[in-house]
Amino acid sequence: MTDLTRLSAAALAEKLSAGDVSSVEATQAHLDRISAVDGDIHAFLHVSDHALEVASDIDRRRAAGESLGALAGVPLAIKDVLVTTDMPSTSGSKILEGYMSPYDATVVARARAAGLVPLGKTNMDEFAMGSSTEHSAYGPTRNPWDLDRIPGGSGGGSAAAVASFEAPLALGSDTGGSIRQPAHVTGTVGLKPTYGGVSRYGAIALASSLDQVGPVTRTVLDSGLLHDVIGGHDINDSTSLAHAWPSFAAAAREGASGEVLKGLRIGVIKELPDSGFQAGVSESFRAALAAMEAQGAEIVEISAPHFEYGVAAYYLILPAEASSNLAKFDSVRFGLRVDVPGGTVEDVMAATRDAGFGDEVKRRIILGTYALSAGYYDAYYGSAQKVRTLIQRDFDAAFASVDVIATPSAPTTAFKLGEKIDDPLQMYLNDVTTIPANLAGVPGISIPSGLAAEDGLPVGIQFLAPAHEDARLYRVGAALEALLVDSWGGPLLDRAPVLGSNGGSR
Amino acid sequence: MAKDKLMDFDKALELFEPVLGFEVHVELNTETKMFSAAGNPAHESNHGAGPNTLVAPVDMGLPGSLPVVNETAVRYSISLGLALGCSIAPSSRFARKNYFYPDLGKNYQISQYDEPIAFDGEVEIELTDGTLITVPIERAHMEEDAGKLTHVGGSTGRIQGAEYSLVDYNRAGVPLVEIVTRPIFGAEHRAPEIAKAYVQAIRDIVLSLGISEARMERGNLRCDANVSLRPRGQEKLGTRTETKNVNSMRSVERAVRYEIQRQAVILAAGGTIIQETRHWHEDTGTTSPGRPKSDADDYRYFPEPDLLPVAPPQELIDELRAALPEPPAIRRRRLKADWGFTDLEFQDVVNGGLLAEVEATVAAGAAPASARKWWTGELTRIANAQGREASDLATAADVAALQALVDSGALNDKLARQVLEGVAAGEGTPQEVVDARGLAVVSDDGALIAAIDDALASQPDVLAKIRDGKVQAAGAVIGAVMKAMKGQADAARVRELVLERAAQ
Amino acid sequence: MSEITPDLVRHLGVLARIQLSDEEVERLTGQLDAIVDNIAKVSEVATAEVPATSHPIAMQNIFRPDVAGEQLTPAQVLQNAPDAADGRFRVTAILGEEQ
Ligand SMILES: [Mg+2]
Ligand SMILES: [Zn+2]
Repeated sequence: MTDLTRLSAAALAEKLSAGDVSSVEATQAHLDRISAVDGDIHAFLHVSDHALEVASDIDRRRAAGESLGALAGVPLAIKDVLVTTDMPSTSGSKILEGYMSPYDATVVARARAAGLVPLGKTNMDEFAMGSSTEHSAYGPTRNPWDLDRIPGGSGGGSAAAVASFEAPLALGSDTGGSIRQPAHVTGTVGLKPTYGGVSRYGAIALASSLDQVGPVTRTVLDSGLLHDVIGGHDINDSTSLAHAWPSFAAAAREGASGEVLKGLRIGVIKELPDSGFQAGVSESFRAALAAMEAQGAEIVEISAPHFEYGVAAYYLILPAEASSNLAKFDSVRFGLRVDVPGGTVEDVMAATRDAGFGDEVKRRIILGTYALSAGYYDAYYGSAQKVRTLIQRDFDAAFASVDVIATPSAPTTAFKLGEKIDDPLQMYLNDVTTIPANLAGVPGISIPSGLAAEDGLPVGIQFLAPAHEDARLYRVGAALEALLVDSWGGPLLDRAPVLGSNGGSR
Repeated sequence: MAKDKLMDFDKALELFEPVLGFEVHVELNTETKMFSAAGNPAHESNHGAGPNTLVAPVDMGLPGSLPVVNETAVRYSISLGLALGCSIAPSSRFARKNYFYPDLGKNYQISQYDEPIAFDGEVEIELTDGTLITVPIERAHMEEDAGKLTHVGGSTGRIQGAEYSLVDYNRAGVPLVEIVTRPIFGAEHRAPEIAKAYVQAIRDIVLSLGISEARMERGNLRCDANVSLRPRGQEKLGTRTETKNVNSMRSVERAVRYEIQRQAVILAAGGTIIQETRHWHEDTGTTSPGRPKSDADDYRYFPEPDLLPVAPPQELIDELRAALPEPPAIRRRRLKADWGFTDLEFQDVVNGGLLAEVEATVAAGAAPASARKWWTGELTRIANAQGREASDLATAADVAALQALVDSGALNDKLARQVLEGVAAGEGTPQEVVDARGLAVVSDDGALIAAIDDALASQPDVLAKIRDGKVQAAGAVIGAVMKAMKGQADAARVRELVLERAAQ
Repeated sequence: MSEITPDLVRHLGVLARIQLSDEEVERLTGQLDAIVDNIAKVSEVATAEVPATSHPIAMQNIFRPDVAGEQLTPAQVLQNAPDAADGRFRVTAILGEEQ
């Protein structure tokens, strides 16, 4: 029998609906895989103790002839930033250890309604602040390609889970690249939808105006399938778009034929520095462009003069909004409480927040508090919001002449655990290519473009499209994916080292 | 707590000019909260709900929760802005006001900061002597209320000395409109009265709009009073204090008076006023210092990223403007002229809070003077005696019907008062009370004539006087007849018949 | 160099209700100083005529009808409470005043 964990979600779904495989079998296979490898990977903070019950309910409903969603019975890993009623939700923080939400995030509720089987909650940088998952209060996640390296962040757990075949599908959240950069370093696919395309209700907020929930998968089609389940208008999120979205799975299937590449105008940003980008990353990027050009795509140089201010604007807006969003963790209603004998509630709050938050979280809260304080607002937060306008204008100008913009998904391949942990500035520069999409609200996808020659580690290529044009990313992404997988003779992940219960490739 | 020294009020006014300012918070009586679909405790139907029974995730700041704006609260806010004579902003925004406090589920309050929904208005208020004063309104903005803290332990039930506090988030997220005045100059010795009249005016407005229960004792309407003094002839404003949450109209008046007297002593002695919040104590009639303004008041306002701008279309503003009730001040002026009341008569009605009742009674057909007489007279007397509201005792239709019975001669004044008592006791409409109690005036001339002849026969000297042309002597006979008829006779008719019989 | 000083960091800690140790204050002062030097450049291009963008996708007038909907049961409200009494959350003595 085939190893069910190696199947794409689409292929597994087909087997499930054909009755070749039961959801219980598929779920058990993934639970077994988690048991075998997660000791090394540490992608999960919590594994559901009733996934099999849920799976067997799906099997029963299918047997009863109920008409089920396309992904019914397929297991799903859920980033711990999303609240769930049946598993703890900690957002990777000690301050929320054991927290049980009385309600499900909208995306989780939709996934359940579609018959997906929640496997567990995945690790992440605390409150999604980081690019390496080393800032999790529960220990780092390791990259399945090299256990001494980071899996990206903040959604390193979701990316590592799908890359190590512990789950076919995962949910992530992307505030400045937290879906796309982990995809880049793990050889997986990640898409950040148009801002408002997917509900934020139940996603523990980092920066409200930047956060988006999205799919984390191994194939573009799988992303489309999951996006179709979780996307669309939600009355509980005021910033949710009341937009009639096309089927993203259909867009991915359409794109796989490759027709879309003929005459496709791909913008390449001339100001993106060559320095700071690892040679193997740049090479892989150029090779992918060449492959697309060979299929009839046109590479157009575009100018985005304000992108270089993106990181600075981002590191003002994010901490500012986060400092306010994280104020609710105060020991009164939920979460950690550190008692201060004889102290007032103010003392208890301050001691709890000192003990409950990690260094990176404290750093950003203090930075955000500074950026918003009287006297600094105009220079910092106010200016950053203006940079946002300028970056949007850069996008508008670019999309007047190109269909999509392409960039490397991140400057380097996976770096070593601990390498940048003491240098926040270096860490922040990881997000240079992913941040503009969050600032402008446009969608972005990262798909594997190959391995870097110098270290044999995965590299991703990012495509960006105008707001609301997520389907375009699925078409283009699926087209390039088909082309590359064909040239590789199989998925990139087939070349990842074999993990085992004996410790993998470390 | 050290007792404040107070300067004689008139003396204080001699030395200093008081400048006032008010922030009034109005709890809207929408069905649901400002940002969630949980029931609104400021809606009559939810009054008295148990602790933490009216809470949605966002009201207590649960992780992942998000606010969504209540459309009706926006409409109410626009109506209130219009009623305050404000301009409605073509686009306004919510902002976060960041500060930590246990009653604030998110540790920020969603409010409006530099882009309020309504701005630049004015309210005309009327003092008891009929003087009209215009209070300038700076802005009216939408925001959410905080939860409720109960302090346990210690002796006072106040924060100081409490061992612990309990938090109930029912009130968290109740829709509020905060109305902020500009500084009010020229109040002079009427400052306390202006304070009371201003709050009364706001209450009249929100009640006429039907957007709040406006019960001060329940906190539906809360006033923060700012008071500063400046020496006569000085241009620069003095340092102000902000007395918080004064929860009755009478207290507003007293608190302003108190602050003027307290600040005057300090300033006259060369001291300085500390800019601070002060708390009003109903029991002692004093204020005590609260939190001084400090660095910690850096609220780090920024636009609420979870919410979008509110940009009311002009058609909506026009629709709400067209639906506005007549402004209370203008309405009062119109009614006074229509009814032809003297200042005193009209103030009687206004101060009794009986304007709407009298108006409705007139509309139901009673003469204004009669309507006023019943409401401010007999009904108010019964209400006071029973500790009830006059408006709860009878309807305008009852009073108009009662007066119609008097006008037709079916009831005299004395009987009418008895009928009203029956109505107030819940015995039914005036006609029903008349029927049930058998209180109709005797209109059968035969019975009256028999009683008159008896009376005349027993008082021959009176009969002689009448026959001599001393008509006023008839009073004694009329009195006797009325007594014999147990009051159930029309005195005018009795008089007619007495003169008729005497002449025979 | 920016104007980040230990006193400022300590003050920010008070505003943010985080009890920072002296060692944390010292470390954060240096780190924030370096970060602020790098992010201050936003003001180079943020000229007066550029409008601020607070929402990436411009929308307005998003409302909910005033109709009662889901609310939590009292048990759900209190399910994660560190301390509770009489159906309410319990906190230790409050020193400061209400806002
Ligand atoms: Mg105020
Ligand atoms: Zn207020």
